[in-house]
Amino acid sequence: MPILLLVIAVVVVFWVISQYNSLIALKNHTANAWKQIDVQLKRRHDLIPNLVNTVKGSMEFEKETLEAVISARARAMSATTVGQTAAAEGALTGALGKFFAVAEAYPDLKSSTNIGSLQEELASTENKISFARQAYNDMATKYNTKQMQFPTNMVAGLAKATPAELWEITDDKEREVVNVDLSMGKKPTA
Amino acid sequence: MSDIPLNLFEQQEKNRRQTVLWMIAFVLFFAWLGFGGDLAAWFLSKDADGVAHYRMPWMGIVVTLIGMLVTWRAFAKGPKNVLWASGAKPIETPGNDQERQLVNVVDEMAIAASLPRPKVYLVDDPDPNAFATGHGPEDACIAVTSGLLTILNREELQAVVAHEMGHVRNLDVRLMTTIAGLVGFIVLMSDGLGRFVRGGFRIGGLGSGGGRGLSGRKGGGGAGAAIGLVILVLWIISLILAPLIVRLMAMGVSRGREYLADATGAELTRNPGALASALQKIDGAHEPTKSIKRSAAHLCITDPLGRKVNLKEGKLANLFGTHPPMTMRITRLKGMAFQSAKASGELPAGD
Repeated sequence: MPILLLVIAVVVVFWVISQYNSLIALKNHTANAWKQIDVQLKRRHDLIPNLVNTVKGSMEFEKETLEAVISARARAMSATTVGQTAAAEGALTGALGKFFAVAEAYPDLKSSTNIGSLQEELASTENKISFARQAYNDMATKYNTKQMQFPTNMVAGLAKATPAELWEITDDKEREVVNVDLSMGKKPTA
Repeated sequence: MSDIPLNLFEQQEKNRRQTVLWMIAFVLFFAWLGFGGDLAAWFLSKDADGVAHYRMPWMGIVVTLIGMLVTWRAFAKGPKNVLWASGAKPIETPGNDQERQLVNVVDEMAIAASLPRPKVYLVDDPDPNAFATGHGPEDACIAVTSGLLTILNREELQAVVAHEMGHVRNLDVRLMTTIAGLVGFIVLMSDGLGRFVRGGFRIGGLGSGGGRGLSGRKGGGGAGAAIGLVILVLWIISLILAPLIVRLMAMGVSRGREYLADATGAELTRNPGALASALQKIDGAHEPTKSIKRSAAHLCITDPLGRKVNLKEGKLANLFGTHPPMTMRITRLKGMAFQSAKASGELPAGD
C-alpha cells in the first residue's frame, strides 16, 4: 500500500511539473507573439515620414488626408495602454487606407516608382501587422484554453497564468473595407 | 472520397493519421526487406531436432547500418541538391518590384506561421510552380518560378507561399527529404542485395550457422525448410519489386501532405478562395516545368512533370500521382471558403 501511494505521488508530481512547464512555455510564446505586433507597428511608424516626404510636393491640395495620417501616427506613437494602442493603430490603418485611395486619383504620383515601392512596403507592413495579430490571437487563445481547462486549471495559479487579452477590432472604422490597389499594374483576372 | 467538405482542422487531423499509417507501413516494409532473408535462413538452417544454426541476423544488421548511413547522407545533402538541380537562385536583396513583393509575402507568411523566415529562391522558368525544401523550419527554403510571379496577383501569390509555408510548418520538408533518401537507398539495396543473394547461393550460405550452407541443407527441418523456402521466395520477389513499391508508398505520403499543406495554407491566410483561384490559374497554364527534376516532384505545389495521372480521380491516379487531382484540391478549398463565409455570416441564410 505505501508503495502504491508513493507511485501515485510521483506521478502527480511529474504531471504538475509538465503542466507547469507547458503553461510557462505558452505564456512566453504569447508574450513573444505580442512583441511581434509591436515590431511591425514600429516599422509602420518609421515608414510614414518617408511617405510624407515623397508626396508632399505633388499632393498640395490633399493636405487634409495627409494631416490625418500624420496626426494618427503621432497619437499611435504616444498611446500607452493596450486599448489605446489598438484604437490609435486602427485609426492609423484607416487614415492610410484613405490616403492610398485618394492617391489613386493622381496619375503622376502613381507613376513615380518611389511611391509604388513605398505602397508595396506599407501594404506589406499592414499585412504583417494583421498576421502578427492573428498569430498573437491564436497563441493567446491556446494559452487561455489551456489554463482554463480541467485539470490544468489547478496548476494555473501556481504558474501565475492569467488569461491573455485578445487583440480585437474595437474601432468600427477599421472594419470598413478600403480599396487599395495592390495589383502593381497587373490586371487580376480571377 | 466523400463529397462533404471537411473543415480545416478535420482535414489536418485526417492527414496526420494517414501519414502515421504510411510511416508504419514504411517501417514494416523496411524490416521485411532487411530481416526477411535472415528469417528464411533461420528456418532453412533448422536441423532434424528443430535447432536453428543460423542465429544472428547478419544480413538485416548490415543492411540496417548501411541504410542508416546512406539515408543520413542523402538527408544531409538533399535540399542543397534539389536547389542546385533546379537552378534556383537565392534572392539576397530584391532587385525589382516583383522580387520585393515575393520577399514581403514570404515575410508575411513567416509571421503568420510564427516561424523564422525561410530563404527565398527564384527559379527562372516560365511555367508557374513553387516548392519548399530543407530539414526543418530553421533552414527551410522556398523557391518559386518566375512564371508564377507573372501570372498570379498578390493574394494568390500569398496563398501559394502559404501552401509552401504549410509544408515547412507541418515538417513535410523534413519528412519528404527523409523519404527521398530512403527511396534512393531502397533502389540501391534492391540492386545490391540481389547480387549478394545470388553470390550467397553460389558459395553456399555465407558462413551462416556454423559453416553449414543454406543451399546444402536438405532433409533436415522438414516443415521448417518448407516455410523457409516460401519465405525466401516471397522475400526475393519483394526485393525485386521494392523500388516500385516504395515509390508508390512515397507518393501516398506525398498526396496526403498536399491536402494538408493546402489546409494549413488556408489557415495561415484565412483565405482559401485565393489558393483555389491560384491553383486554377496554375492548372490552366500548366505544362511540364523543365527546370524542376523528377526527384523534387513531391515538393512542388503542382506536379512539375505534368503527368496526366494527377488530373484524374480514381484507383490508378490514387496509386501513381505525387499530387491529388487539381479539381479535388480546388473543390476542397472552395468548400473551406464556403464554410468560413457561412461562419462569418457573409452568406445570406438559406443559400
